[in-house]
Amino acid sequence: MIEFLGDLVQWFGENWDGDAGYLHRIWEHITVSAAALGFAVLIALPLAAWLGHRGRGSLAAVSLVNIGRALPSFGIMVLALPFSIRLADAMPFIESGLGFLPTFIALFALALPPIFANTHAGVRAVDPETVEAARGMGLSGWRILTGVELPLASPLIFEGIRVTAVQVVATASLGALVAFGGLGRYIIDGFAARDSVEITAGALLVVALSLATGAVVGRLGRRLVPPALRNNRKPGNIPALVQVSR
Amino acid sequence: MIARAFVDWGWIVDHLDEIRDKVVEHLALTGIALAVGLAISMVLALIGLRFPRTLAPITWTAAGLYTIPSLALFAFLVPITGFTTLTAEIGLVSYTLLILIRNIVAGIQGVDPAVVEAARGMGYGQRRLLLEIEIPLALPVIMAGLRIAAVTTVGLVTITALIGQGGVGFFILRGLNRFFETEIVLGTALSVLLAVLLDLSLAALGRLLSPWARRKVPA
Repeated sequence: MIEFLGDLVQWFGENWDGDAGYLHRIWEHITVSAAALGFAVLIALPLAAWLGHRGRGSLAAVSLVNIGRALPSFGIMVLALPFSIRLADAMPFIESGLGFLPTFIALFALALPPIFANTHAGVRAVDPETVEAARGMGLSGWRILTGVELPLASPLIFEGIRVTAVQVVATASLGALVAFGGLGRYIIDGFAARDSVEITAGALLVVALSLATGAVVGRLGRRLVPPALRNNRKPGNIPALVQVSR
Repeated sequence: MIARAFVDWGWIVDHLDEIRDKVVEHLALTGIALAVGLAISMVLALIGLRFPRTLAPITWTAAGLYTIPSLALFAFLVPITGFTTLTAEIGLVSYTLLILIRNIVAGIQGVDPAVVEAARGMGYGQRRLLLEIEIPLALPVIMAGLRIAAVTTVGLVTITALIGQGGVGFFILRGLNRFFETEIVLGTALSVLLAVLLDLSLAALGRLLSPWARRKVPA
């Protein structure tokens, strides 16, 4: 045990720089996760907010929750590979259908349902009387959405984004299977070489990065929530957060 | 190129035996994980309800386990327990605990105090109260938790292909290694299908076990 810990410390001392070093791997991991999460938010959030505002899309939201939970992230990651290779064939400007692209596609697909569902649920959960009051004051539909519904829904929306971000970072490790770098590289390569030190080091890095992601995204989200709504999470008041497929 | 078929049906027909074996293995891995997870969660939830001070640490521990990325959890276990079914099951069980404990506790706490009082007045002891009143009345909420745990576990089983287990996840991994799309699609589709079928079966079982509770329980 002591010897193993010694090897582990030595691993962290020796493998930090260069293209296969963990500093670079952490950067790759963050880049693909942020890109996938960013795109998913960009597409799902406005759509879900608008549909929630119009009182539509409830069935879509519920279905997305159920489908999202049943999707195996491992299968989606591997399935993204033939898709992205076809995509790269069809579009000459894409350099390679391996690595970044399939990882990005898979993470994007996995992030979309929970962000859509949580945003939709958040907007729908806004007290109808509050919306009625805003309408009575003469606010237009757009002003009601951006000035009343979205701020009131923001705690749930940001909590949904935080949980999804953590899951995206966790799942990005599987990108190593489709020739992506990232921190999963150490675990997958370690499995192949039966190298306990490399496996454990990779696992520690993945856990550390996902905890850090949760903390950072959570803090950013809280900053964006209107002050009056912070720390006001009575369990009964807010619909249960949608979970993410693993 | 994009139009090229993803699935070679002939291959699937030729490999029905192997597919059946892997589906059975998948259900076995899932079933064991759910049974063990339910047993552990029941004990921990009852401890937490009996000694309220322990409830928070129990929930935190389960929540902590739940936040560990699945690949990392299996990676931590492999140096200790190897590429075995045990490694897979430890990981799978760990992920059921949070959902199950939370729902068992919520279900039992949600039993109408008047009903509990009435049972006490009729001379029910602690044990009979739990087994004949509280658990049956909490059943819809417990079953809702079990359904979520089941669907999550079915998906997680596929990842255990990376540690030599995996049920239908085996097809995904082999399809990746040979770059044979049919197997990748088959493994993913079967996993989703099994999750949906298991969810529906548990929903039906729940209705069967609690015929008095026809109202919907939020999942």
